[in-house]
Amino acid sequence: MECVFGLVGNGFAILVADTSAVHSILVHKSNEDKIMVLDSHKLIAASGEPGDRVQFTEFIQKNVALYQFRNGIPLTTAAAANFTRGELATALRKNPYMVNILLAGYDKETGPSLYYIDYIASLHKVEKGSFGYGSYFSLSMMDRHYHSGMSLEEAIDLVDKCILEIRSRLVVAPPNFVIKIVDKDGAREYAWRESVKDTPAASA
Amino acid sequence: MKLDTSGFESTAPLFGASSELRDGFSNAPSFDLPVTADFDEFQKEAKATLKHAKGTTTLAFIFKEGVMVAADSRASMGGYISSQSVKKIIEINPYMLGTMAGGAADCQFWHRNLGIKCRLHELANKRRISVTGASKLLANILYSYRGMGLSVGTMIAGWDETGPGLYYVDSEGGRLKGTRFSVGSGSPYAYGVLDSGYQFDMSVDEAAELARRAIYHATFRDAASGGVASVYYVGPNGWKKLSGDDVGELHYKYYPVMPSTVEQEMVEVAGQ
Repeated sequence: MECVFGLVGNGFAILVADTSAVHSILVHKSNEDKIMVLDSHKLIAASGEPGDRVQFTEFIQKNVALYQFRNGIPLTTAAAANFTRGELATALRKNPYMVNILLAGYDKETGPSLYYIDYIASLHKVEKGSFGYGSYFSLSMMDRHYHSGMSLEEAIDLVDKCILEIRSRLVVAPPNFVIKIVDKDGAREYAWRESVKDTPAASA
Repeated sequence: MKLDTSGFESTAPLFGASSELRDGFSNAPSFDLPVTADFDEFQKEAKATLKHAKGTTTLAFIFKEGVMVAADSRASMGGYISSQSVKKIIEINPYMLGTMAGGAADCQFWHRNLGIKCRLHELANKRRISVTGASKLLANILYSYRGMGLSVGTMIAGWDETGPGLYYVDSEGGRLKGTRFSVGSGSPYAYGVLDSGYQFDMSVDEAAELARRAIYHATFRDAASGGVASVYYVGPNGWKKLSGDDVGELHYKYYPVMPSTVEQEMVEVAGQ
């Protein structure tokens, strides 16, 4: 089942998500990217109902881009997180989006930051956060091994520890994970951790 | 309890002379209303009995030469097989196919609706819509109706300017891009055959054989799937129907029964 987690290191923030698209007992896809690049220096990872997840993150992405077009400057990570929370809260009493969100970003002034927003629209600024069944393992792993100002190597090492723990202890563990990173140079994909390939030669 | 129909009584005399338009318009219903205390629940039950085509096996996959799409043809209503000749592969336009799992009416209607939108896109932009675009059109419509009882599980397969395309779309609003999908109650069985036999570098014949086999094995194990295994191929020049075989006939080909050795034979009791 779904595993999304992230942490802030020294000058960067990392988001990790599983890449399984599941329907009851069937895995329809094992290379579904659940971390979206919001803008040049922001990442948004979402877990929840597949329809809501895609519709909501695309909606946020488009509105963040619209703000930048209109005003000529991008939203700060904090502003984007508060905007996302606001939209989630407005929808909550009408037609709620069942999505939990981790939003990571890098700003010149404030450096890297990570925001935790759940489907009932609570917003927290955190150093490390996690959603889904994987959180039972990754939260304690990060509580034990995380320290502020981690280097990239230390952070990736911790991320791999978490993935290993999830894969070995969680009954319904997803096979593949994607790791994305955001730092002063922008938001980008860092690596995949795959134990199952979806299709031998997918490049059609 | 009998329904109170007093509200249906004509009020016409209150409004002066009779007119052609109004006469008979507000008469009490001429048919018998169901004798039930809870009319809403009755309607719900009546609707539920008409839910169709729940059990299904459909599959589609991308390979070297294009996309292969296949499905069974059975429609069931609970334990009753209501049809053995349903077209579960819907031809949206000459380059795009949709598959049908879930509610038959919902699938047929929204695929026809998608066909209209694709044609309008073609007329407005002087080029065919991409499979990506078409699937998103459908997914957005289904998403806007989510939670309102639609039941659709479909694959949109086709060929566009970027080559072969395949998307899975459902009534929960989900939309997945992929190279291999199967939808319906028989899908786990179909996946089993499909995953073990799939190679990207298959020929059209090999791919069609794999698709047919996967559907056959699904219909063998899934009681709600059966009828005819139809196979479609979408290539650069549009789709083409390759085959439609009765799975009963396929059984003799794919599931040969070996004559078992006779372990013991009845013989006349000696000395009789």
